[in-house]
Amino acid sequence: MFEYCADPSQLSGLSWLSCYLTTGTHFRFYWSFATVLMLLAVTAPVALAFGFGGAMAARSPFLPVSLIGRGYIAAVRGVPDIVYFLFFVIALDQGIEWAKHLFVCDDLGQPVWNGTEFNVCAAAKVPLASSAAIWHSAYAFALAVFTFALVFGAFAANVLYGAMQAVPRAQLETAEAYGMTPRQVFRRVLVPQMWVYALPGLSNLWLILIKATPLLFLLGIQDIVYWARELGSAKTSGNNPYPHGDWRVFYFLGLLVFYLAFTRLSEVVLAGLTQRLSHGQATLGGEQLRKAGA
Amino acid sequence: MTCLETIQAYGLRSIGIGERLLPRSDYTLCQHFTLIGSGLIWNIYFGVLALAFGFVLANALALAKAAQNPWLRKPAEWFIFVFRGSPLFIQFFLAYELLVLLPKAGINVLGITIETAWTTRAWAGALFVLFLNTAAYSAEIFHGALKSVPKGDVEAADAYGITGWPRFRRILWPTMLRLGWPAYTNEAIFLFHATTLVFFSGFPAFQQKGDALYYANFFADKTFNPFIPYPIVGFYFICLTLLLIWVFGLINRRLNRHLPSNLRGRIRLRLQVIR
Repeated sequence: MFEYCADPSQLSGLSWLSCYLTTGTHFRFYWSFATVLMLLAVTAPVALAFGFGGAMAARSPFLPVSLIGRGYIAAVRGVPDIVYFLFFVIALDQGIEWAKHLFVCDDLGQPVWNGTEFNVCAAAKVPLASSAAIWHSAYAFALAVFTFALVFGAFAANVLYGAMQAVPRAQLETAEAYGMTPRQVFRRVLVPQMWVYALPGLSNLWLILIKATPLLFLLGIQDIVYWARELGSAKTSGNNPYPHGDWRVFYFLGLLVFYLAFTRLSEVVLAGLTQRLSHGQATLGGEQLRKAGA
Repeated sequence: MTCLETIQAYGLRSIGIGERLLPRSDYTLCQHFTLIGSGLIWNIYFGVLALAFGFVLANALALAKAAQNPWLRKPAEWFIFVFRGSPLFIQFFLAYELLVLLPKAGINVLGITIETAWTTRAWAGALFVLFLNTAAYSAEIFHGALKSVPKGDVEAADAYGITGWPRFRRILWPTMLRLGWPAYTNEAIFLFHATTLVFFSGFPAFQQKGDALYYANFFADKTFNPFIPYPIVGFYFICLTLLLIWVFGLINRRLNRHLPSNLRGRIRLRLQVIR
């Protein structure tokens, strides 16, 4: 990056380090932090939407819908989330390719799952073998987002379901007494009031989501863990202008600090948000705020 | 090969007893169940030992965090912050890389050579990380419980002249455990789930001796069919979770036995307080 980096073997000390940390591969490492942040930014709202849907389904008076909602929430209980991650990435991939196979392939006589093989015709591959590398990584990323959203959506559904139940009954009855329809009660009274009850659970979930992001590595995404291992491993002078020993421990230390700072920052922001949402609520926190203001 | 022979050959494969080579063909349902079940031994090993050691350290940490003395409080706060604030996955990687850096020939202390090679093995290294990790999470739970011990209980103890260590052992500690137990049950469940990460996070599985998820992943890689091995892991873990809830429920009953039945806390999986 800098001009004096032309011949790294002549450098030493800080100038060597400044050149070393600004190589092309290092910039890909720094970009992978953006991948993680992007995953969080995309997954959190999607998971919340899944959670909202799940909680609404679980509350439904229509039994089959309620069972589906409850089943979805219960399915994440008892099973480690990493099992879902490993499972859905293959299962979704195969499911999509199989569906496409039914439409685009001519030869449907062959079974798709045959012994130890999974066969679809070349046209049914997603993405096509001929498509650019960026589509392959975009597809992998989309699968990862969907998997994360599915797993964390179930957790969020559980939290939101509890929060909806926690809104005082009297509030809803008052709304009904004013002649609101069930939909109006839900939209105007229940949903605005439930957030303060949901926030502790959702904050916890957000922290768990942050701490689950290194699992992207297991989904085959070139994330920060991948690059930390790649860049940190010992480099010999033969194939690399910046030879060094096994530095993985330093890279992982860096990741540790990144996550600590990130979770700490989130905690501070969420505490502020809790404070804001407690205003005017019939809870202990809201009461304290009212007294402090008076 | 009948199913009984499969169980004989692979039932204890994960700890190195039985057939050396993993199955190369067929991949029957029986092989799935046997091998994944054999891997579960490792999950139980990690879970039970980390929980047992972690419980002791967690109590000490909770007390240290509640202490007045900053020399006790600050280290405990930092320990809990570091282990709760970072992903277990990164902790595993970091610990493995640190342990690899230990001199291969062993450390010489006063003429006695201490072997270091075993620390990079999963049974020791990963167990150590899980132990520290669960200690930090449990300490936070117990610290919260210690803070919410009813004031009246402590005042009553003072009135009876119970102070110092006896007050802690007979009044504070049992109440702390009682109040923290439902959340601690949850922590135990999630610790068992976390044990599945071990063989995916740097720690190599020597001679293909791995845990339940390791073998499930093995089958999924071989058969390209994720729909059989992963649900089997799920099934095993649901059974394990139910067993845990039952055992912890028994302890909970004992901790609450002096209370009238309508005040007893029931154990249920509270996903709001997951790690």
